[in-house]
Amino acid sequence: MLYIFCPHCGSRSQNEFAYGGDATVKRPELNKEISDQDWDNFVYLRKSPRGKHLELWHHISGCRQWIKVERDTSTHEIFKTYKADELTE
Amino acid sequence: MSQDFRLENIGMVNRNKKISFTFNGKKYFGYEGDTIASALIANGVHLVGRSFKYHRPRGFFGVGVDEPYAILQLERNNERDPNIRATEQEIFEGLEVKSVNCWPSVNFDIGAINNFLKMFFPAGFYYKTFMWPPSFWYKIYEPFIRMAAGFGEASIKHDKERYEHKYEYCDLLITGSGPSGLASAYAAAKNGARVILAEDKPRYGGSLLTSDVNIGNQTGVEWSEKIITELKSMSNVIVKNRSQVFGYYDHNMLVMSERISDHLPKTQKYLPKQRLWYIRAKEVLISSGSIERPLVFGNNDTPGVMLSSAAKEYMKVYGVLVGKKPLIFTNNDSGYETAIEFKKNGVNPIILDTRKEPYSDIITEAKNLGIEIKYSYVVVAAKGYKKVKSADIAKISDNKKDLSNIENIECDCICVSGFWTPSIHLASQSGNKSEFNEKIDAFIPKKSKQKENTIGSANGKFTLEETINEAFDKGYEVSNKITENNNKVSIPTVVEKKSSEHDKFWCVPLPKGKSYKRFLDFQNDVAVTDIELALREGFRSIEHVKRYTTLGMATDQGKTSNLNGLQLVSDIENKVVPQVGHTTFRPPYTPVSIGAIVGREVGKHSKPTRKSPMHEWHRKNNAVFVDAGVWLRPRYYKHGNETLFEASKREAKNVRKNVGVCDVTTLGKIDVKGPDAAEFLNRVYTNAWLKLPVGKARYGVMLREDGIVMDDGTTTRISENHYHMTTTTAQAANVLSHLEYYLQLVWPELNVNVVSTTEQWAGAAIAGPNSRELLTKLFPNTDVSNEGLPFMGYKEADLFGIPAKIYRISFSGELAYEVNVESDYGNFMWEKIMEVGKEFQIQPYGTEALSTLRIEMGHVAGSELDGRTIPHDASLEGLVSKKKDFIGKRSLSRSAFTKPDREKIVGVVPLDKTTSIPEGSYIVKDPKAKLPNPKLGHVSASCWSVEYDNPFSLAIIKDGKNMIGQKLFAMSPLKNKTIPVEIVSSHYVDPEGKRVRA
Repeated sequence: MLYIFCPHCGSRSQNEFAYGGDATVKRPELNKEISDQDWDNFVYLRKSPRGKHLELWHHISGCRQWIKVERDTSTHEIFKTYKADELTE
Repeated sequence: MSQDFRLENIGMVNRNKKISFTFNGKKYFGYEGDTIASALIANGVHLVGRSFKYHRPRGFFGVGVDEPYAILQLERNNERDPNIRATEQEIFEGLEVKSVNCWPSVNFDIGAINNFLKMFFPAGFYYKTFMWPPSFWYKIYEPFIRMAAGFGEASIKHDKERYEHKYEYCDLLITGSGPSGLASAYAAAKNGARVILAEDKPRYGGSLLTSDVNIGNQTGVEWSEKIITELKSMSNVIVKNRSQVFGYYDHNMLVMSERISDHLPKTQKYLPKQRLWYIRAKEVLISSGSIERPLVFGNNDTPGVMLSSAAKEYMKVYGVLVGKKPLIFTNNDSGYETAIEFKKNGVNPIILDTRKEPYSDIITEAKNLGIEIKYSYVVVAAKGYKKVKSADIAKISDNKKDLSNIENIECDCICVSGFWTPSIHLASQSGNKSEFNEKIDAFIPKKSKQKENTIGSANGKFTLEETINEAFDKGYEVSNKITENNNKVSIPTVVEKKSSEHDKFWCVPLPKGKSYKRFLDFQNDVAVTDIELALREGFRSIEHVKRYTTLGMATDQGKTSNLNGLQLVSDIENKVVPQVGHTTFRPPYTPVSIGAIVGREVGKHSKPTRKSPMHEWHRKNNAVFVDAGVWLRPRYYKHGNETLFEASKREAKNVRKNVGVCDVTTLGKIDVKGPDAAEFLNRVYTNAWLKLPVGKARYGVMLREDGIVMDDGTTTRISENHYHMTTTTAQAANVLSHLEYYLQLVWPELNVNVVSTTEQWAGAAIAGPNSRELLTKLFPNTDVSNEGLPFMGYKEADLFGIPAKIYRISFSGELAYEVNVESDYGNFMWEKIMEVGKEFQIQPYGTEALSTLRIEMGHVAGSELDGRTIPHDASLEGLVSKKKDFIGKRSLSRSAFTKPDREKIVGVVPLDKTTSIPEGSYIVKDPKAKLPNPKLGHVSASCWSVEYDNPFSLAIIKDGKNMIGQKLFAMSPLKNKTIPVEIVSSHYVDPEGKRVRA
């Protein structure tokens, strides 16, 4: 079970969090033309990288904030966590 | 039966407390502190089971977790507990155990015929033997294999025992209380670290319990007692015995199972049977010790052949002799220690040493005691079937290939020692890649991936001096990193006998003309020939060899067999062991009971139960409850002998005719506040929200980005920047997360806050033609006329002194209102509604009537919004704005969602107007069409229409709009029903929606 540092609450066990997927995905802007292909990429296509991955976690049983976690997908090492609005390196 | 093999003046069992137990129905005695194994051996019992494949007799091989043979079934407190290791289970008064894998008895086992059919059970036999003809599989092969497989029978009854989970944090977790565990725990604890020391056995001390050593001016046992006593007295230390750390998971999370009551006749009041500890440790010291390796020779699985360290522990800890004519077969000095112990207890052993001219203090001591030692000698084969009676021994040539001088000597046990294997399981589980150490012919941990260090013999340190020095240093070093204290305790001096080098020899060659089975894996009957065959058949990877031959599988996970297996594979392949590598170590290290894993989260306790504030009223008024997610909701209120069908019909009819009240507290409620709230709702919902005036409610549908309907509900503008959103009961939590996602990550520029208020409000839906009159009486000071409070209107009012909120919204399709008060007033509100409603013939209604009302109105709910439907499918396309953008809008223009024959919701009525259509039925054109019959859609919800007094269902079918009026069939293969139906509009009752606006 991972031990995740919530930038709002401190280190907490994984079972307080819900996983939220790739944090680098950006929602297309509202009211903007977008091709079927680009929209499909946004809705469905995700990379499954081995190694460093910036991902979203929702501190669902804690402060209810979405946070960004930089984690190694093969070793589970967590390098850094960010608040939702914090700029990532 | 007398304990013929019990020694008088040695051992740690409590001689003052005699304990009786039964094994296979026969009564035996032992002492408090005995295990089943030690007590049976004391009584001269060595045959306890039958092997997995050949049903060969099985005795005891070890003295702890590594035991491959003595797996028994325990009956305790009317519960059946399989997979009990006799070497670990302590006896208690009245204990009942029996053998497994034998029929009719362990002494006479029919299955032993397999032993003579060995040629049919080669490596991978289940891939070969049971293949043809394929039709034999279900009826003949599978039942046969199922009957023959497995050790013991699980209980099929509900387990009444209590199991608990505990979460703990510490600076340092130490796994094992041998010399390295004790020393490091002591050093770290004295340096201020919060330490947990876990010991698998009942007694602390590990190898110190059986070694002839001194630490400081004390014996090993005295020293360990002193350290443990001191550790126990320290407030920063938790010391646990009977506790196995079995799993090393991510981020230094380790799991330990504590056997609290397993050694007692009955679980004590207020104590669980077992407790599972989830321990998050800043640092871990693995001091799990090492396990002696067997030597491989003919019939080395005969009862009476056992590890020499086990024989020594049975003497020193339990005061039990494993035999009176022991033969010690060793390739190192450990066997000598056992021989010396035998000698001290008046038994004359013979030592066979595979080495030619070894020299050490221990060997000299053995010689001086007059023990007979034969150098360059091996056991060729054990003789005897149910117990060792003699052994064929032989001289072995210097190149270890040729045997000579074969002779038979009498013996009643053969104690083997093939040197030691460090227990690297936990280190390996943590991600530590091990390396092969040539000096000890075994793997030891190398580079840590997590915050762990392995110390003592688990790290290949086999002298006490090295172990103690390393452990004190590590304990200090690790604790210093955490506490930054500098309290160093002095390291005591150690007195021990020096050992000589071990012999790499481990497998005795077969004499000419003999084909003895030489076993590598004792639990799964894997012999040398099986590995040889697997390699001949082309298996190369050790992982494949393991699975094909079952080497190292099952409950003992090859604790005694793995390394010998690797040795053999590398010998045949002409490789060295590190090239072959080892199989992956996975948790659990030892079997863990399912009960402990589940803990207290059983049945109703697996999730919290949520109840509305009016729950007690419902209960007192004969409500029959139903689980709605985690909520308990009244399904119907039973009058007399009514059935569900009768009651729900009565309740629904009363809503249509008079007035009913339904507890809607469970609906999800979310407060949406902020200057940008309207804009936010406009993006979340498919319809337009910017122009909703204060004091008005609106029905909204929200989508996921893929265009599928996520949830629906009404949202009311309470004030300029304050909205009250309702969600379905089931989706409340998901919707909140969804809103938070968009506010925090996608549109952080919107100044909006959301918070769940589900539990803050108690809700009552008042529905039916009499509802306005009732409201007039409930709120005499509020104008609730059609003009004063129109459909989708909202008002704050006073309910007999209590602030209330009235929403004129309807799920039932009748003139209806929802009244909300703060939760604590919920019951008051409900009682007032019932009291005042009496003159209007009010009746409470449950979820069943609620469903009936919404189905015949064609209102969609969870069974239609099932994660596969877009707004069009549920006839909600009128709510999809063409002008503005919203979450999921772009997906709606994808080709599959715009097909002309896209599924749509319709109503379904059986032609005979009497046969109810099972939910989930398929709608088809021709019931007799060739299979697979092309389906048009499925029935999502069914009810008995109280308006028309006939069955009515909703269905989502292809091109639904154009199917209305058609005669089709509803088929339910599950219920074996085919019902001719007519497709009608989904709005079966009041299609114009006049009633809600009345």
